[in-house]
Amino acid sequence: MMDSVTEPVLQIRDLKIALPEGADRDFAVDGVSYDLNAGEILCIVGESGSGKSMSANATMGLLPELVRPVGGEIVFEGKDVLKLSDSEMIDLRGRKIAMIFQEPMSALNPLMRVEDQIAEVFEAHNLLTPRERKRRAVELLTEVGIPDPSKAARAYPFQLSGGQRQRVMIAMALALEPKILIADEPTTALDVTTQAQILELIRNLQETHGMAVMFITHDFGVVAEIADRVAVMQYGKIVESGTADEVLDNPQHPYTQKLIAAIPKLAAEPSEVPADKAPILEVEGLNKTYVTGGGMFFSNARVVHAVNEVNLTLREGETLGIVGESGSGKSSVGRCLVRLMDPDSGTVKLAGQDMATLTGSALREARKSIQMIFQDPYASLNPRSKVGQIIAEGPMAHGVSKTEAYSRAVKLLELVDLDALAIERYPHEFSGGQRQRIGIARALALEPRVIIADEAVSALDVSIQAQVLDLLADLKERLNLALIFITHDLRVAAQICDRIAVMQKGKIVEMGPAHAIFDNPQNAYTRTLIEAIPGREKELAAAG
Amino acid sequence: MADFWKRFSRNRGAVIGIIILAIVVLVAVLAPLLFPQSPWRMVQRPFLPPLAMEQYPLGTDALGRNVISGLAYGAQVSLLVGLVSTVAALLIGIPIGALAGYFGGWVDDALMRFTEFFQTVPSFALAIVLVAIFEPSIQSIIAAIAIVSWPPVARLVRGEVMSLRSREYVEAAILSGQTNLTIILRQVLPNTLSPIIVLASLMVATAILLESSLSFLGLGDPNMMSWGYMIGAARTVIRQAWWLSFFPGVAILLTVLALNLIGEGLNDALNPRLARRGK
Repeated sequence: MMDSVTEPVLQIRDLKIALPEGADRDFAVDGVSYDLNAGEILCIVGESGSGKSMSANATMGLLPELVRPVGGEIVFEGKDVLKLSDSEMIDLRGRKIAMIFQEPMSALNPLMRVEDQIAEVFEAHNLLTPRERKRRAVELLTEVGIPDPSKAARAYPFQLSGGQRQRVMIAMALALEPKILIADEPTTALDVTTQAQILELIRNLQETHGMAVMFITHDFGVVAEIADRVAVMQYGKIVESGTADEVLDNPQHPYTQKLIAAIPKLAAEPSEVPADKAPILEVEGLNKTYVTGGGMFFSNARVVHAVNEVNLTLREGETLGIVGESGSGKSSVGRCLVRLMDPDSGTVKLAGQDMATLTGSALREARKSIQMIFQDPYASLNPRSKVGQIIAEGPMAHGVSKTEAYSRAVKLLELVDLDALAIERYPHEFSGGQRQRIGIARALALEPRVIIADEAVSALDVSIQAQVLDLLADLKERLNLALIFITHDLRVAAQICDRIAVMQKGKIVEMGPAHAIFDNPQNAYTRTLIEAIPGREKELAAAG
Repeated sequence: MADFWKRFSRNRGAVIGIIILAIVVLVAVLAPLLFPQSPWRMVQRPFLPPLAMEQYPLGTDALGRNVISGLAYGAQVSLLVGLVSTVAALLIGIPIGALAGYFGGWVDDALMRFTEFFQTVPSFALAIVLVAIFEPSIQSIIAAIAIVSWPPVARLVRGEVMSLRSREYVEAAILSGQTNLTIILRQVLPNTLSPIIVLASLMVATAILLESSLSFLGLGDPNMMSWGYMIGAARTVIRQAWWLSFFPGVAILLTVLALNLIGEGLNDALNPRLARRGK
């Protein structure tokens, strides 16, 4: 660890940032003070809406319209950043303080080659000749570890992978040797193995360049991997700060304790589902290919084998996890099972009946037994329907009377711990976690025997996520449901699943009881996945 | 709803638009009370200039008919044609767009080629031909305007439906066993309402202009006084009697302007995220 007697490079003192009228609170950031020291990584942690990004945005002058600082100061090199003129601000940005963002695809210009985007950083500050700029671009790309940097320099952003794009963003941020690097959730959109590489890269670059890094994240696993010091934010205030070890191992504030306790543990319990239960869902030889491109002339069609010979069995009362990185085909499997997508071949036997070939009203009838919970609690409820209608629509479509369907909706809302009055309200009046409960109630309305949860908790904050997972486990028990839980998050899978199937490039590479997968992974890819989980080493060390 | 009005009234132009339109509607509704005599009736000597006689503040036309009375009755025709033809165009365009967008594939291809067939013909020329074939009457004018103005509705609705089609709540509705018709009516179309309302307000304005143009060319309903007819009849005497074409022209201008302002205000109020910046 660093010796921490160094002078702070950035001092934030009693910063207050006002929100526009009508927001849920008056201040996005309320009296926040902290120092960022040279050569350290400070993690600012908080759930969504905690104001964790706001002080960083204020430092860069990137606050949204109508949101403005009303008190306090941000001191950098002896000057208050909040009082700088526009031209001083431009000089500061990029040259002294650089920033990388969550979504590298939208942060890069899709119509510009990578080298031109990096050269633009120098151009904006009138540095170097055009020829030198291109040479520096390749040097920077080499430094951030992009394979074949001179070729990558000539590439457009869409030709790079998510991790490579984030590396390009980091290269741009490093271009002018800034003193401070602000990273706002830089790995949230990335797969777990890529995330591990990017975290390592940021760590290494910080050491070689002696930068101070302000790292904003919601993920305590990432904090454990990278932080020297931590500041925990809640409702616009810092509730706890200290060195990473202090905060993670011995949290003082109840909120921090709650957050850390809510993180799913990596160890999976041995399954309690007896192996002799009857299978409810049997999938054999499932295949799905996507064909894109391939016009009449010239171009060859690009064929992606999204689901490749997948075989699965799900027993009654069992939770089967399907884990994998983006593009592994895990969601395609789920969609083929409920026939939101038609598989090319294979059988999906639901209680003995082959779902894969049904059509029309027979398919509608069969789907009553297999329902889905969706990822995005904001997109999965019709904004123009009342909650009661959203839940009652399904049974009504199957001939249940309106009064019966609505009284069932009330019972379902109580089952998912929501108030019965909710049926008269619209989805936008609920928080993300509550909406996800409504989505669960809707899935249960048809009294299904199998539920497919496609990344059902990925969009939720960790404390809400824990509640929803508990609810699902409880409902599964009470209603004797079988659950297929599709997720990219191995921690979540470890907590809820009895058995786990690991997918890579459309194939199941390993399947077995959850504890066996975690304790003794057989497949090399599974091992890479598990090793890449942020915070794992710390957890192992703590467990002894 | 209160929120809607707050956002709408923030756009000052939209409020002015509403006021102008309210006046036009009021005049149209009260025309038979304000001017009990038929606007076709000759009441004074021809070419009476404005303000020359208290009874005829806007003067009389080439046959001695009261100009202000003609304007009031013309408002009736303009609003009627504007509203009814827009509703008719929506009734053609929304189902075609919704079916094309929802089902995609060959249904989409067939319906869109059909739509393009109408789009490739210049709309005003087609309207003239249709009115000429059917004989000019208020019904044929409304029908002609509806037939030439539905393709943009269909294209808009198709685009919206295509993007809504893949939303998770639509997928959830499919899984819950709802039929395609229920899904289109309950899940998809209500969410396309905002852009349709904005487009419709602008279509009313276009329809009023089209009707005026047809009447100007003498293809208006011969039994109904309309602004376009008044300008058309006055064009030969524009140098002697400027007021005959000026006042109906102003009426058209203000009404169309009001509708456009309202359309913009609706756009700001219904799509708050897309609202233009600046105070």
